[in-house]
Amino acid sequence: MNIAVCVKQIPDPETPASQFAVDEAARRVVPAQGVAPVVNPYDPQATEAALRLRDAAGEGTITVISLGEDSARDAIKHALAMGADEGVLLSDPAFANIDNFQTAQALARAIEKLDGIDLVLMGRAAADWDMGVAPIGVAELLGLPVVTIARAMSAEGSTLTVERVLDDGFQTVEVDLPAVVSISNEFGEPRYPQLRQIMLAARKTVQVWSAEDLGLAPDETGEENRWLPLEALYVPVTESNVEVIEGDSPEEQARTLARKLREARLI
Amino acid sequence: MPGTLIVAETSGTEVAPVSLELLAAAVALAADGAGPVSAVVAGGEAHARTLIEHGAERVYTAPEGSLDPGQAERGASAVLAAREAAGADTVLMGQTSLGRDLAPTLAFRLRAAAAMDCVALTLADGRPRATRSCYGGNAVAEVSWRGDVRIATLKAKAWDPAEPDASRQGEVSAVEADAEQRVRVVATEAAESEGVRLEDADVVVSGGRGLGDPSAFAMLEELAGLLGGATAASRAACDLGWYPPAQQVGLTGKTVTPALYLAVGISGASQHMAGMSGSKNIVAINRDPDANMVRAARFAVVEDYKKVVPALIEAIKALD
Repeated sequence: MNIAVCVKQIPDPETPASQFAVDEAARRVVPAQGVAPVVNPYDPQATEAALRLRDAAGEGTITVISLGEDSARDAIKHALAMGADEGVLLSDPAFANIDNFQTAQALARAIEKLDGIDLVLMGRAAADWDMGVAPIGVAELLGLPVVTIARAMSAEGSTLTVERVLDDGFQTVEVDLPAVVSISNEFGEPRYPQLRQIMLAARKTVQVWSAEDLGLAPDETGEENRWLPLEALYVPVTESNVEVIEGDSPEEQARTLARKLREARLI
Repeated sequence: MPGTLIVAETSGTEVAPVSLELLAAAVALAADGAGPVSAVVAGGEAHARTLIEHGAERVYTAPEGSLDPGQAERGASAVLAAREAAGADTVLMGQTSLGRDLAPTLAFRLRAAAAMDCVALTLADGRPRATRSCYGGNAVAEVSWRGDVRIATLKAKAWDPAEPDASRQGEVSAVEADAEQRVRVVATEAAESEGVRLEDADVVVSGGRGLGDPSAFAMLEELAGLLGGATAASRAACDLGWYPPAQQVGLTGKTVTPALYLAVGISGASQHMAGMSGSKNIVAINRDPDANMVRAARFAVVEDYKKVVPALIEAIKALD
């Protein structure tokens, strides 16, 4: 089974709010000083899912694809260190500030170009924009079925059985390959790369494909051709109106809190 | 011809609450000149009647089950048929298990963009805009749509539900959901959770890494039980295995907007705030006076929770 895993390098979602800044004129996030970008937290689970399927099948190639600037190589290297086989970086000045819809187009072209991919795995969403559009877009553009937000998966022949997470429960579905599956954080702990694997991964070559390599027309890339133009980006203003409950003892503080909550008809 | 089509979902035998919120959003757009409001729903006349009473002028009924979670391919064909019939240029749905799949599917079929998880829809110089949270709640984005067709999912509880008016009249007609469903649903099961469902709770008592000890959740459950609420946890606590992931609140968990959110030992990382910042009132119990959660709270007790929570339980019992 040949699997493509799409990964993304994003600003660390654990960046403290105090260090988070936006350039409102440019509608861009200003990278926080000293906070390195990280692999989107859902993506190592997608790689883990690919590794488990490959290990169970005993054959197949896992190709990691990332669209982004040169720093996206780190996300690819991380997946390679976990055990993926090959890496492709989609890099082009025309990819700067494109949206999720345009990204899906580029990823779909890359998967077509790889040829012979049976399964595409991605994280359920990227934690920066949190849209969850790309897995469905890749499937639609390639004419494949898609299963989203998977917490478990197994393959029998060319049929996948996937357990997916719903708002208020779980759902078991079957789908025939080729297909696209997005993986949720409930999938389980991804393996941690060992030092030796990290060193081996560092030596692997990562192919770089441009918009032209992917056969993307000029009007399919570029910030000016976003499907969802970004009109404004800002940090929400949060005023603190906190009333700190004082008291001589925790018991007194608790009584005061209970009384105030009752007065506000909250309890 | 313009207009807004909402994709209604059902919960048990009723129209789901989020669908009445979608109608409220659509009615507000209509008041701004966006054109008539229509709805598509899977199932029969009773749902259609409810939707009409809440503001839909036309309702398209699709086959039973065709708008259930996991049925996005069939669902998309029903919605596309309804959109065509209604001539709607705006399609709204909830940010639900179905909506998360359906909105991007429709977007790529119509070559139109979908804005996900929106908290506001406005007209700026006659052009529609959507407001949505991003970067884990650290930033707010306003987006527009290229082209003339707009798709959006709306965040639950960001709009008050539309008011019913039993005198309203509307037209009802049927649409097909004839697409092949390549993803086959084998089984759907409800999550097991004792007591009040997290998303429906008026009171949520939530614990984080600051508890230092998984057994502390028993105390939080007692407090939640006393207040008729639900118990939740931050991602940090769930990752440590202290509480079930199904009860996680945050960017990678559930979104809740209770009247009262009691955060115990939660610092308030943006990942967590993304799931609960819409709470009407926040109470923080935390030893760190500078914690983000304390800043965001209406009331805060800056003390060791091990002393405060048991005392709070006693104090609440003494109120009655």
